[in-house]
Amino acid sequence: MTPVTYLRADSSAAAIALGAADGHRLLGGGTNLIDLMRKGVEQPAVLVDVSGLAAPITEAADGSLVIGAAARNSDVAAHPLVRARYPMLARAILAGASAQIRNMATVGGNLMQRTRCVYFADAAGSRCNKRVPGSGCDALGGFTRYHAILGASPACIATHPSDMAVALVALDARLHLAGADGVRSVALANFHQLPGDSPEVETMLAPGEMILAVELPPVQPMRSTYRKVRDRASYAFALVSVAAGIVVEDGRIADVRIAVGGVAAKPWRAARAEASLRDGPASVEAFVQAAQAELAQADPLPGNAFKVQLAERTLVAVLTDLAGGDA
Amino acid sequence: MTIRINGTDYDPPEDARVSLLDLLRDRLQLTGTKVGCNQGACGACTVLIDGRRVLSCLTLAAQADGRKVTTIEGLGADGLHPLQAAFLEHDGLQCGYCTPGQICAAAAMLVEAEAGMPSYVTADLTAPVTLSRDEVRERMSGNLCRCGAHNGIVDAILSVAQERAA
Repeated sequence: MTPVTYLRADSSAAAIALGAADGHRLLGGGTNLIDLMRKGVEQPAVLVDVSGLAAPITEAADGSLVIGAAARNSDVAAHPLVRARYPMLARAILAGASAQIRNMATVGGNLMQRTRCVYFADAAGSRCNKRVPGSGCDALGGFTRYHAILGASPACIATHPSDMAVALVALDARLHLAGADGVRSVALANFHQLPGDSPEVETMLAPGEMILAVELPPVQPMRSTYRKVRDRASYAFALVSVAAGIVVEDGRIADVRIAVGGVAAKPWRAARAEASLRDGPASVEAFVQAAQAELAQADPLPGNAFKVQLAERTLVAVLTDLAGGDA
Repeated sequence: MTIRINGTDYDPPEDARVSLLDLLRDRLQLTGTKVGCNQGACGACTVLIDGRRVLSCLTLAAQADGRKVTTIEGLGADGLHPLQAAFLEHDGLQCGYCTPGQICAAAAMLVEAEAGMPSYVTADLTAPVTLSRDEVRERMSGNLCRCGAHNGIVDAILSVAQERAA
């Protein structure tokens, strides 16, 4: 690890001022950044610790829930309103990492974490367009079991590793981004970027900006859940995951939200599947059709082609479970 | 500021790169906390900060400044901790390398469950938690044991959970 200066921000204004300088990086729980510094992938000159900033979880007058970016993942999952109203979010967080890591990791840091592509992490031995733009991609032609099947490019096939973000994007979460010029609100769905020709650009965060809070709009009561398929039963990244919520009225789907994880450089909102289901019957046939409509866009590699069928079947299984006796 | 470790105050290291794990082992000779993977994948380095279980390998010592750290030495300061006794009773170890991390994690896990925090395998997210074997396995999944002593570990933890509930 290269030498680094450690500073603590005592307010978000201080964090924005301190974090804006070249070579300065904001530090949340450190579960990803410290590891990447040790591997030589990240080499900040100054760490600005924002993990001690106030992180309230508050209900607004309109019923939306605002979660401070420094809130620990475990505190969000345990919050009574999250458990009662947004079960898919509680389950997604609880599906991620381990209890120790969830105690450390902040909400803002979870959204800003880097891909777990092993070629990205191998600074000494592998080419990576994300780490060194224009250098090439050793994942292509390599071990691609954990790589993207949707929205990838010849420059990069990395996936975003967050479970939490998959549920958040299905819930239409918005982010409050703060910079020197004030605060703006953006849809999480637009926050993470697909790689295209510039995989080093991962989010729409401008230099000097930080995530201040996550806002969950009010939702009508719906059955929702998060299911994660991985190579071991716990404490592993997703091969495929599905966050879904459904409202069935008189056998027809009145509302549906679906997002898929482990398949792209961003939490993947399954807009085509949702459109295929909305106002239609809540039947297994309809779920299969919807899953296939979404996965028709998939462009897998030989090493991860199995994920197309895995994603289809996981989508169908989750929707069928949620529809219960209505399917 | 200072880091309070098992009740004693220490100055944080001048070099900001020093992890809490390295501070404990290399500078304070508190070698009960173990180095496993040093990258957040095994749980051997688990300690408690302000009562919550964390990984000391991914925590900079500077981040613990002003906080209270408890290691296995602190848990066992007044004779064997009930979890230590239960691990012996139920053969919750073979080589013992993962054991300090297992016990620190289990100590915090019991408190989490008693506070009603759900896990990924909890059926009803809003109901009180009942610690089944599946619940313990899921909640302890951040601590690997390469000897494969997991069955004994689960037995040991369940026995302490039952004593505390009685």
